[in-house]
Amino acid sequence: MRITQGTFSFLPDLSDEQIRAQIEYALRQDWAVSVEYTDDPHPRNCYWEMWGMPMFDIRDAVGILFEVSACRKAFPSHYVRVNAFDSTQGWETIRLSFIVNRPPNEPGFRLIRQEAQGRNIRYTLQPYATDKPEGERYS
Amino acid sequence: MGTQKERYQSGVIPYKQMGYWQPDYEPTETDIIALFRITPQEGVDPDEAAAAVAGESSTATWTVVWTDRLTACEMYRAKAYRVDPVPNAPGQYFAYIAYDLALFEEGSIANLTASIIGNVFGFKPLKALRLEDMRFPVAYVKTFQGPPTGIVVERERLEKYGRPLLGATTKPKLGLSGRNYGRVVYEALKGGLDFVKDDENINSQPFMHWRDRFLFVMEAVNKASAATGEVKGHYLNITAATMEDMYERAEFARELGSVIVMIDLVIGYTAIQSISRWCRKNDMILHLHRAGHGTYTRQKTHGISFRVISKWMRLAGVDHIHAGTVVGKLEGDPNMVQGFYNILRETKNEQDLQRGIFFEQDWAALRKVMPVASGGIHAGQMHQLIHYLGEDCVLQFGGGTIGHPEGVHAGATANRVALEAVILARNEGRDIWNEGPQILEQAAKSCAPLQAALDTWKDITFNYASTDTADFVPTATASS
Repeated sequence: MRITQGTFSFLPDLSDEQIRAQIEYALRQDWAVSVEYTDDPHPRNCYWEMWGMPMFDIRDAVGILFEVSACRKAFPSHYVRVNAFDSTQGWETIRLSFIVNRPPNEPGFRLIRQEAQGRNIRYTLQPYATDKPEGERYS
Repeated sequence: MGTQKERYQSGVIPYKQMGYWQPDYEPTETDIIALFRITPQEGVDPDEAAAAVAGESSTATWTVVWTDRLTACEMYRAKAYRVDPVPNAPGQYFAYIAYDLALFEEGSIANLTASIIGNVFGFKPLKALRLEDMRFPVAYVKTFQGPPTGIVVERERLEKYGRPLLGATTKPKLGLSGRNYGRVVYEALKGGLDFVKDDENINSQPFMHWRDRFLFVMEAVNKASAATGEVKGHYLNITAATMEDMYERAEFARELGSVIVMIDLVIGYTAIQSISRWCRKNDMILHLHRAGHGTYTRQKTHGISFRVISKWMRLAGVDHIHAGTVVGKLEGDPNMVQGFYNILRETKNEQDLQRGIFFEQDWAALRKVMPVASGGIHAGQMHQLIHYLGEDCVLQFGGGTIGHPEGVHAGATANRVALEAVILARNEGRDIWNEGPQILEQAAKSCAPLQAALDTWKDITFNYASTDTADFVPTATASS
């Protein structure tokens, strides 16, 4: 399966040129770009590991793309995403977030159903990958 | 009018002379202001008509009452302070009326509306009356909790950024069993939608009782989440005959792990505020379907503008509200619809007559409402929708998902691919308004369902003149 989190997961994987164009868009909006990676793709795992701090002071797309590439090189089989953060009042949140690297094989999720009272079912999602410890999941 | 003694002599005197017409009055920062479009009967002086509206929506009755003198009546009286002819509309006037803050109970839409629209709309000296806009002082805004979730937190909970959310209403509206209904939900969510929606009249009918619907739908939602790795949702409509029933349904939705519940506007303002509080307590997104609004928002001369309903609903506290599509099958002039969206989403509105916004409005950090575009839209219009509506909205393709020739899953995928392709192109700096069709054709090369959607619906437009249009600039309904 293909995990479809992020703004552009239904499109073919973005080229470096396309990634740079999105970073340039974020910089034009005056947003801060950051890079994050994880090997736990649970949809409610919001805290991916930070590849350094958000790059508040780097206003050059090439420099940011360099960090994106470095993260991808260090974690070739992890999920890597690019976030753009807007600190203006009333937003103070991520405005764009897209995946730029993913494991070659994505095994997906186990849906666990616990039959409860009446016909109620309690649902739990578990990534098959997280059966293994962190760092050993997609090797 | 002469002395106090003369003013309070028993009998009938014009509203203007009772103190409801004060052309010199300057509204204070804490006044609530209402702007009415009045169409007086033949021979009725517009200033007198405006004074009558001010009177009947505040302290007056048809005759003089001595008991006014037991009150600080000059303060309690609403004041009509300005009457302008409506451009290009003979016989119609804009009447500005100011109300002192002390006239209103804090945090109550029911109290506000009972005053402002409670009594005046059937008033005989007027042929027609429409509430066009209102301005609320910050002091009053702060007495409301506003949206329980808001755009920012909704996105953070769903982990979805940078694009409109995608939804669809399950069709047919009526008759599906719970099991069949859940099938549509599963296919649409797995295919790429973020939300599926109950229709406004899906409650608990013989063909599908509400508990059955909730159980099958949540199976579909969770299964789709496992298939995609995304948070998915379905607006479970909890509209019911009584508040007790609504709370019961809301609690069951929470127990099953739904991220969102839905209500219809017809449940009434008090019920909306009650369920909004419940949602805030229970981390639930609240979707409002504006069922019934067309009965009073559409005609320009009589009723209430939807921009006023938008303001009331932001105060009352909903997270989603249907606010028009511009290009779809339902009423919606581009400027008017953008005005509604701005009211729902901006931190502060500036006066914007072209979009029908008459007043500056500071929302006092009240959260933003996510507008929903729904009704007769399809993937081939994606660039137009994003052009008019921006990215902080929900685009709902009901027929445009479920009516896809290759099925519901394919319909959903077509919409999602079209959406992401247009956003990508917009961010790259391309002119989506003019290049939209090429951008979509290009995206369809690697997505057969999108090609099929474009082929099926390419010539479908709803090209009719809008009824509710701006008074200050000539406008046309969007086409092609």
